[in-house]
Amino acid sequence: MSAYAWMWVAIAGAGLLAWLTKLAGHTVPEAWLEHPRVHRVAGYLTIALLAALTGVQAFTSEGALALDARVAAIAVAAVLLWRRAPFIVVVAAAAAVAAGLRALGWA
Amino acid sequence: MPRAALATARQEAISVALATSAYALSFGALSVAAGLDVWQTLALSLLVFSGGSQFAFVGVIGAGGGAAAAIATSTFLGLRNGFYGIGLAQILRPMRGWRRAWAAQVTIDESTAVALAQPHEDLPARRAGFWWTGVGVFLGWNAVTLVGALLGSRIGDPSDWGLDAAAAAAFLALVWPRLGSRRARAVAGAAALIALALTPVAPAGVPVLVAALVAVVAGWGQPREAVPE
Repeated sequence: MSAYAWMWVAIAGAGLLAWLTKLAGHTVPEAWLEHPRVHRVAGYLTIALLAALTGVQAFTSEGALALDARVAAIAVAAVLLWRRAPFIVVVAAAAAVAAGLRALGWA
Repeated sequence: MPRAALATARQEAISVALATSAYALSFGALSVAAGLDVWQTLALSLLVFSGGSQFAFVGVIGAGGGAAAAIATSTFLGLRNGFYGIGLAQILRPMRGWRRAWAAQVTIDESTAVALAQPHEDLPARRAGFWWTGVGVFLGWNAVTLVGALLGSRIGDPSDWGLDAAAAAAFLALVWPRLGSRRARAVAGAAALIALALTPVAPAGVPVLVAALVAVVAGWGQPREAVPE
């Protein structure tokens, strides 16, 4: 099977699992998943995954650590988040900082 | 009084739907930059329909990871949506058939938050908050994804436009509101460091999944402070 076809399989698989996860919450008896430990791990799971994704996306390139224009961009994003800027502003500002630094040849 | 509360719920739903849909623009552009085509990008928004999972899926693919790692990361990030369904049980049940299938599809951070933000005793307002937000975000998110993907497919090298930095900022913005407690910040820091340390030695996509084990360690024992939802 081609890489293109595999991508469609991956998308369908991710979509099906996402929907089944949501459906399970509306279907199972309420008592089943109310164990406090399950709740705690699930809450931290979201945080751990998003933080790991942030690190990899900001500081690695092709399987190696890399410090480039993205360092300045993520710093600006953090300041804007601290100042409670909206999501779209944070993302656009990070893109603009990285693009600007690269256009100037600084990073 | 009930009618006023219903109107408030709908207004909140519409403003949340508009704000949330706006950032589908960055998802559409990032997905195309990661190598998916416009139709695959739209399919992800229609089928997965959970921002964090979708950003994670294209992030893993863009970093050179395989289909299995992309599916696993996306699914783990979507597990919280399963818990939302349980939290919404008192508001939405009983449901069956197509109604339940659709309620499941639009069970996300935003629809849950708006439903639970309505007055506790006002079931119609809570239901309206869920359905108006869920369906509103679904329509807006998919329409704007298509726009972002079409724009993204015309711009050449994504890093010239800072789209790699935009993806990192998107993940940071998604985790930021969850970092209220000290333990949450410790989990985030440890997970990021583990993922970075493993990147040179493990296949793409694997470091993020291993870093998720931090959540099991942090959540196992009895906490002394409130746990994030």
